[in-house]
Amino acid sequence: MRHTISVLVENKFGVLSRISGLFSGRGYNIESLSVGETIDPQISTMTIVTTGDDWIIEQITKQLNKLVDVIKVIDMTELDHVEREMVLIKVAPRQEDKAEVLRLAEIFRGRIVDSSQKTYTIEITGDEKKIAAIVELLRPMGIKEFVRTGKIAIAREGVKKA
Amino acid sequence: MKISGAEIFIQSLKKEGVKHMFGYPGGVVLNIFDHLHDEKELQLILTRHEQGAVHAADGYARATGKPGVVLVTSGPGATNTVTGIATAYMDSIPMVVFTGQVPTMLIGNDAFQEADIVGITRPCTKYNFLVKNVEDLAQVIKEAFYIASTGRPGPVLIDLPKDVTTHKAEFVWPEHAKIRSYNPTYEGNKYMITQAAHMIAKAKKPVIIAGGGVILSGASKELKEFAEYTDVPVTMTLMGLGGFPGSHKLSLGMLGMHGTYYANKSIQDADLLVAVGMRFDDRVTGKIDAFAPHAKIIHIDIDPTSIRKNVRVDVPIVGDVKKVLSTMNKVMKDEVKEQWQEVRKAWLKQISAWKAERPLEYDRNADVIKPQFVVEKIHELTKGDAIIATEVGQNQMWAAQFYKYDRPRTLLSSGGLGTMGYGLPAAIGAQLAFPNKLVIDIAGDGSIQMNIQELATAVINKLPVKVAILNNRYLGMVRQWQELFYQERYAHTKLDETVPDFVKIAEAYSAVGLRATKRSEVEPVLKEAFSIKRPVMMDFVVDWREKVYPMVPAGAAIDEMLFREEEKKSEKKLKAVR
Ligand SMILES: Cc1ncc(C[n+]2csc(CCOP(=O)(O)OP(=O)(O)O)c2C)c(N)n1
Ligand SMILES: [Mg+2]
Repeated sequence: MRHTISVLVENKFGVLSRISGLFSGRGYNIESLSVGETIDPQISTMTIVTTGDDWIIEQITKQLNKLVDVIKVIDMTELDHVEREMVLIKVAPRQEDKAEVLRLAEIFRGRIVDSSQKTYTIEITGDEKKIAAIVELLRPMGIKEFVRTGKIAIAREGVKKA
Repeated sequence: MKISGAEIFIQSLKKEGVKHMFGYPGGVVLNIFDHLHDEKELQLILTRHEQGAVHAADGYARATGKPGVVLVTSGPGATNTVTGIATAYMDSIPMVVFTGQVPTMLIGNDAFQEADIVGITRPCTKYNFLVKNVEDLAQVIKEAFYIASTGRPGPVLIDLPKDVTTHKAEFVWPEHAKIRSYNPTYEGNKYMITQAAHMIAKAKKPVIIAGGGVILSGASKELKEFAEYTDVPVTMTLMGLGGFPGSHKLSLGMLGMHGTYYANKSIQDADLLVAVGMRFDDRVTGKIDAFAPHAKIIHIDIDPTSIRKNVRVDVPIVGDVKKVLSTMNKVMKDEVKEQWQEVRKAWLKQISAWKAERPLEYDRNADVIKPQFVVEKIHELTKGDAIIATEVGQNQMWAAQFYKYDRPRTLLSSGGLGTMGYGLPAAIGAQLAFPNKLVIDIAGDGSIQMNIQELATAVINKLPVKVAILNNRYLGMVRQWQELFYQERYAHTKLDETVPDFVKIAEAYSAVGLRATKRSEVEPVLKEAFSIKRPVMMDFVVDWREKVYPMVPAGAAIDEMLFREEEKKSEKKLKAVR
């Protein structure tokens, strides 16, 4: 099963490679990873999306906790939480599809952040399903480039299951 | 007053109570070495190879319980430590390794003798540091010793750029190391401990498996009290030997691939395992699905990742083994002893029958020297009161089987990594810590050649270690696998003509060399060696055909053992297993 794990770490150099080394060294897989400072600049949050059965996920969270620089590990999958990811999609539609691309961007509350004679670059934020949906719809229009931030996640307040 | 990084280094080690370290000089650590020149309280032992320095520090740590300390130069000096660090890491040995580094402004420039040792050792250290400012040095050293020796111990590396050793700062020694993200759990959960006590009281066929954690946490006394009160037999992993007295009537000796028949049988028949400070390594469990099929498992370990990593666990107890066992001993007193007294008699009787059925054995009447005979003689003549280091291979397994370790910290052996070349430097480290103890490296002719240069270290420092080479002219353990599983195709395991004359080698290093080629010569050679207050290397020319038994083939269940007398028969069985 897929899990989204949020890891609070000391904001020091080398921490990212300790975490990624843990995954590669033990053969766990990372689907996405995003890192950024928290409000306290000494602490960063890493949001890691990984897959594995219960046994692997238990090992992953224990192994993460064991790292000296890790302050806290939260398996978001066990909590009510919000997940978001941002993607930038550069489409190069044929003349007759241009209007459709703009319409789709609007439906998905995307923003056109760049355009040229041949291309539009659309910014979309959402959860996994929404992003998958727009990608499917834009694919026939000719996607030229596609980048994504990786997921970030936050627990909903007041409904944490202990 | 401001002092240099090199002086801070020395002052900090003194504050940590360090008396000895092992090392090797080079360009970027010259400032430190220069300060060591006049140093009286802090002694550096110059080894003849950086790997030797790390193993020596490791042997020192295993024998004393205090962290070993190493100081080497950058680049090749640093990379030469890697095997030693990985060895210590696998066996959870506390150690602090200082490596020199090129000056901070050159880092990343592929400078002369630059190696990214922090990157290289990230997966084989508990933690590592690159010190960028001399102001941070004292704090980093404090934290390094704290991390190395608390929780599940392990090696910590500190990379010291040359300019950090010359730059000056105020020396402020932090009294406490507090790291918000590092908080090992020491106290076991009381509820779980009580649960465990109930299960132990009710169990019909319980077995304790004691691992290296018992020794690391100093829990031998608690373990003995626990086993005796509950009448539960104890088997040990290689790392656990000495954690419980090997000659105790409840001892089953070692379990696993070369474990005793009765230890492995007991595990497979048990209805409850109490695993204490061990991690269910594959050399211990054999085929994991077939391991202890009838047993519930109570697992006590300070490292939560060890629990449920390899086997299912019914009662996990995360905590320091010593603390958990002493709580357990208290809780156990609430359980009525009558509950188990009778049932235990039956279980111990069954075990005695297994012991009688297949004790550890070899041909005791042969005229050629049987390697097991040498180990037994060493045990007999030392009355078990020596510190034994081992190399890796058959020699190591015979040292584990035929010497009875009655006290903790008397066996120094590379278990997790299985590092050939470990024994001699480890023995040197232990001898430095215990100058009046008999320290013996039980060696193989292959392994000893991997760090044989350390004879010089022993000689020059007047460390009277004894090396007993079980010389079979083969990489014996590999040869054993080839004989049993590779149709006797001995690819690159025969050393024969190229095995050097170890007596001459000893003499070339100004040590003493002795040789025995017949059974009758073994005892006189050992006695002579033990009476000489200098390093002695003994060459026991042993029967090369000898194999380590019992043996559980890789991938088989631990009660699918091969025995000596079944060699021919077993070949068929083996083919089936493969
Ligand atoms: C550094 C290293 N290289 C290779 C091995 C694989 N290995 C395990 S035992 C062994 C043979 C050891 O030979 P020797 O020291 O003569 O011991 P014996 O088994 O003959 O007693 C080898 C090559 C190892 N454990 N360590
Ligand atoms: Mg050999």
